[in-house]
Amino acid sequence: MANYLFSHRKYLFILGGFVLVSSAMQAALLYWFGLDANTALIDGIITNVTLAFTGWLLSNNLHYYRPEQARYLYLAVWCFLLAVFWLAFTQWFVPVVLQAEAGYRSFFVKSLPVRFSIAFLVLGWVAMLSVLWYNQQEQKESLKRQADAEKLAREAELFKLRQQLQPHFLFNSLNSISALIGSRPQEARKMVHQLSDFLRSTLKKEDHQWVSFSEELQHLELYLEIEKVRFGHRLATVIQQEEACGELMLPPMLLQPIVENAIKFGLYDTTEGVIISLQAKREANYLKIQVSNPFDAQTAQPKRGTGFGLAGIQRRLFLLFARTDLLSTATDNSLFITTIKIPQI
Amino acid sequence: MKRVILIDDEPLARSLVREYLQNYPLIEVVQECNDGFEGLKAINEYQPDLVFLDIQMPKITGFEMLELLENPPSVIFATAFDQYAIKAFDAHAIDYLLKPFSQERFNKAVDKWLGQTDTAQTKHNTQALLAEMAVANERQDRIVVKIGNKIRIIPTQDIYYLEADTDYVKIHTPEGAFLKNKTMQYFEEAMDPKNFVRVHRSYIVQIRQITRIEPYEKDAHVAVLRSGAQIPVSRSGYAKLKQVLGL
Repeated sequence: MANYLFSHRKYLFILGGFVLVSSAMQAALLYWFGLDANTALIDGIITNVTLAFTGWLLSNNLHYYRPEQARYLYLAVWCFLLAVFWLAFTQWFVPVVLQAEAGYRSFFVKSLPVRFSIAFLVLGWVAMLSVLWYNQQEQKESLKRQADAEKLAREAELFKLRQQLQPHFLFNSLNSISALIGSRPQEARKMVHQLSDFLRSTLKKEDHQWVSFSEELQHLELYLEIEKVRFGHRLATVIQQEEACGELMLPPMLLQPIVENAIKFGLYDTTEGVIISLQAKREANYLKIQVSNPFDAQTAQPKRGTGFGLAGIQRRLFLLFARTDLLSTATDNSLFITTIKIPQI
Repeated sequence: MKRVILIDDEPLARSLVREYLQNYPLIEVVQECNDGFEGLKAINEYQPDLVFLDIQMPKITGFEMLELLENPPSVIFATAFDQYAIKAFDAHAIDYLLKPFSQERFNKAVDKWLGQTDTAQTKHNTQALLAEMAVANERQDRIVVKIGNKIRIIPTQDIYYLEADTDYVKIHTPEGAFLKNKTMQYFEEAMDPKNFVRVHRSYIVQIRQITRIEPYEKDAHVAVLRSGAQIPVSRSGYAKLKQVLGL
């Protein structure tokens, strides 16, 4: 936040130019009124340099505090007070520097109203300029923030779409169907139906509508059936649930990414058969779901445990419940266990 | 008779290739493999003329498998959509089949391969592709090496340092040193530059493993690792280290 108006070269030049020009003008005027050249010049320089400094202070302060819209009276009062202070200071300081006699002092007193008016106008002008400039700057920043936020939202939306369609899964499934058509047309047809059902229920899902566990499980089973056709005997699943769980609710598209992650982790981290098991039970006011998959402790990276799939889940749970303790992972020998708890509202 | 090996973790995907190959009586499928390990064994055993290879497979990817072969065979990749990889294939004139693919597309790939007389050129293309994929692979979080018949996957975070050793690079880890048939330049490019710094013509060190850096004679330094190893640091290496550590 060190972006002061008067840290920009352009405005510093303007300020410097003001000091030069108005010092010269004031000196000339004072000389015209009959002061000697030396006195006129020193008076002009001191009054204008101190005035510029006062304006600079005022402007920098406005960087941190600006009165709300339509309360510019405060600003006027500030300028007024600053002009008074400045005047009192110069009235003391200039004669001291000049070691002036009584004649000059009385001249100074006579010129007070003029000096005050000019200072008030100059400070008022600096204040207006600063307020406008800082407001414009703030607006620019907020526009940029807004644009950034929109861009992020768009990217997230696109990512979600891609994620939903799962091109890798889709194309591989189509390839399996293509293979089945030649040898086992009946199974090919069945898989076309499974894939259609799965895609339809994916598309149907709404972001905000919670679903019952039994519904979510049905969707999951469609997915698992297709994966089993693809990977043949390598993939087996075990699903255990307490009877009371079917009615419990959970946000959509939460369970599937976890199971997907487990399958990917399991299938690509080991070469043997893979058993993915899912356990659901009710614990107090929570639906607790555990998904486990085998992994190879020697080669699996710890960071993969909270890999992208799970980081996304963690984020969603946080957005939904403002809690970070609902997702946990653990390893047990060669099993990787993911646990989520869904508060029942 | 041409000999072919199919490597894919989906049995149906393999059966499709086998079916499409029925149009080529002079091509024989000598082995089907479920993953890269089986693939390596089969390739060494049969020395096939052509391999159909999937990329995403258990344990090691198709690319990592090819890297481990001293003399990789001609390859036609068969994979689901992956934008980046496709650009790389095109650039190196290696054929690939996007799943699901038709018999016509498949024939085109096989005919192209049958028509290629210059096998040396196709092998060169494969090498160039591998080099590019390894560098482009953002997830360079592991290195796959072969010791005799065994394959080891070394997570990069376990590495102390890499040392040039004639035509090889020696990878020093808590479980000993492993050799990989690559250049120092390859590793310098492939590893995360925030964690791995080439401190010397012959050494790349993992920053996290350094406990202290001491001056050594004039102009030179030595980095002392957690393992106690002392690694020479050249003048330019010291400058790079300082930059990465933000000194």
